[in-house]
Amino acid sequence: MAVAFDEMNIPGGDLRPAYQELARWLKETPPEALEYRRQEAELLFRRIGITFAVYGDSESTERLIPFDVIPRIMSGKEWGVLEKGLKQRVKALNMFLRDVYHGRDILRAGIVPEDLIFQNPVFRPEMNGQQVPHDVYVHIAGIDIVRIDANDFIVLEDNARTPSGVSYMLENREIMMRLFPDLFARHRVAPVERYPDELLSALRSVAPLSASGEPTVALLTPGVYNSAYYEHSFLADKLGIELVEGRDLIVKNNEVFMRTTEGLKRVDVIYRRVDDDFLDPLTFRPDSALGVPGLMSAYAAGNITLANAVGTGIADDKAIYSYMPDIVKFYLGEEPVLKNVQTWRCREPKDLAYVLDHLNELVVKEVHGSGGYGMLIGPAATKATIEAFREKLKREPEGFIAQPTLALSTCPTCTASGLAPRHVDLRPFVLTGSKTTTIVPGGLTRVALKEGSLVVNSSQGGGTKDTWILDE
Amino acid sequence: MLSRTAENLYWLARYVERAEYLARTIDATLRVTALPAAYIGKTNEWDSALLTAGVAASFYQTYEEANEHNVVDYLSFSVDNPSSIRNCIEAARLNSRSVRTALTSEMWDTINSAWIELQAVWNKGTSTREDLAKFLRFVQETSLRFDGSAYRTMLRNDAYWFSRLGLHLERADNTARILDVKYHVLLPEEEHVGGPLDFYQWSSILRSVSALTAYHWVYRETLKPWLVADLLILNGTLPRSLASCYDNLVRNLDQIGVAYGRQGPAQRHARGIRNRLEHSNMNDIFQHGVHEFIQEFITDNSRLGEIITKQYLI
Repeated sequence: MAVAFDEMNIPGGDLRPAYQELARWLKETPPEALEYRRQEAELLFRRIGITFAVYGDSESTERLIPFDVIPRIMSGKEWGVLEKGLKQRVKALNMFLRDVYHGRDILRAGIVPEDLIFQNPVFRPEMNGQQVPHDVYVHIAGIDIVRIDANDFIVLEDNARTPSGVSYMLENREIMMRLFPDLFARHRVAPVERYPDELLSALRSVAPLSASGEPTVALLTPGVYNSAYYEHSFLADKLGIELVEGRDLIVKNNEVFMRTTEGLKRVDVIYRRVDDDFLDPLTFRPDSALGVPGLMSAYAAGNITLANAVGTGIADDKAIYSYMPDIVKFYLGEEPVLKNVQTWRCREPKDLAYVLDHLNELVVKEVHGSGGYGMLIGPAATKATIEAFREKLKREPEGFIAQPTLALSTCPTCTASGLAPRHVDLRPFVLTGSKTTTIVPGGLTRVALKEGSLVVNSSQGGGTKDTWILDE
Repeated sequence: MLSRTAENLYWLARYVERAEYLARTIDATLRVTALPAAYIGKTNEWDSALLTAGVAASFYQTYEEANEHNVVDYLSFSVDNPSSIRNCIEAARLNSRSVRTALTSEMWDTINSAWIELQAVWNKGTSTREDLAKFLRFVQETSLRFDGSAYRTMLRNDAYWFSRLGLHLERADNTARILDVKYHVLLPEEEHVGGPLDFYQWSSILRSVSALTAYHWVYRETLKPWLVADLLILNGTLPRSLASCYDNLVRNLDQIGVAYGRQGPAQRHARGIRNRLEHSNMNDIFQHGVHEFIQEFITDNSRLGEIITKQYLI
């Protein structure tokens, strides 16, 4: 494995320009002051109740995601490249989804194998030929990016279903500004606070034609026990829209209404944070109490916009991921700005053979997995784990892909033994409305807090950092 | 607003009010039981605390005897008692979480901090009287902070009005229960009225609704049962009196009615109760029977809760 790219220090002792002011500040600031602020930040997070639920954890149902007070800094120029690449990628994702559920040019052209679509459990035949308002499928995309050297940002994963984490991006900034006003005064950090406004106008812009006047937008949550519930309520609050649960909604004559103290009120756009499977018991899982009976027929009748659209899972599938560079080229006729990680598709015998031979150096992921569950990190795994995985792979090769263990870049991070480099990734949030695509400068930086660990997921003990894009 | 949001706000306010009321009940009971036996007679104050809290039946399913330790534990910390202080705060916090968008950050902070403190400090209950006193103060302060932050920070819209409805409905119920139980216990011993025993009993009632000083300001008299009843039932200047609660209930329901452009059965029912209070005097009430009067009130009051639920919350 290559040596990880250090975002702050150039080998040989120099600092990268974006970090110079921070380095100076760190030198002036005694470690106790940092520790004091870290504790203060934790207290704030707990009091505000910025928590996430951990499933199957009986001890406490709500946990804090550890917050690191050292910001991750990026130059405006670096961000410019990222922004261009993200917009390009999300545009292609949307075109791909429209194509998959309509003309299927890309399948006929032989770019993506048919069975990857049709045999995929996240493919929704209900969406075949279904018109979605303004042809937007992925209104909110969370694209996971890692950096491996001075020039290259690489896409690790496209999250096109219900990506979460944006509340942490916003709250991290608020808390940093509260705790480190002097540090902000020394930098010109591009603001992220307009995200809720951008999200609301994107959602309004995709209202169905049958919406009258000012469209009514609501956020649909599975409820207080969902791991991202804090984020749902936070966003609904910032957007000034109702936070609804399935039981608050009712479908009548193919229109969706919410139950209010003044009677039924029509809803035009639902930012749903409920998975496809649970949206409508009449169409999907009949045992689900989270959804709204009849929602899909209102959708089919064109009376409601669902953001993200139903069936977008096919675009964030890890098997499809490996085709993304071709997908970008196919629809846009452009070279992708952002690279993919080299990916071996275990469904292809040649690739499988390679993977089986190199398990101890690869990361193997379930095609449909998420949250860092069910993956093998070859270099860190025991022999027994590797052998167990080998059997799984042989049994069901099409369920897995493999990637080289990337040397994710590192950022200075507060640890028990002082500042030390820790691996980070970045999830920027891309918003697509009927006419424009926007990204607020920054995103959620996730950091692996254990020394040497590459796993940044919050469900696996990772933390977060504020992400600064310098305005130059 | 969403019916579910209104319902949560309404119950949130009720839970906070109930927690405070329980803390006051325990506090008042402790005071009385600390007196020498000659001053309090043969009544079991802990029994009457259970009665006013309306949990006597469920208490005796678990415990044999109503003594300080058992009752304090049951009213304060028991997980099995759905309206123990702990469960009230927990329910208030759960409700707050599901209506965070309708709360101001100050209100959320109050409830969330209280819940955190409950787990961190009061997880094992209290072991000494001093501890208990601290706990009771913590509960009362939580309620004061919550009420104060609602009053100071909420927009005056339906969210505010629904939470006030919950508060006043719960408060009216609590005041009525205190009166009822105490009268029930005290009246058969009418020959003692005016004796030292009664003095401490009545002062404990007034203390439990935080009205002892008010009594003196209003009546400038020694404690007399009919004046205590007058204060708690008919005196509109006392915030916890039935009359005052109903002034507020009628006003808040009217505000909702105006905002929504529609009046309904809740407005009519509340006005009916207020009119009855307005046109009563203590003579009539004593003629009719205090116990009967209060029983009818409690029934009418909980009926209003049902009507509000039907009209707005489901």
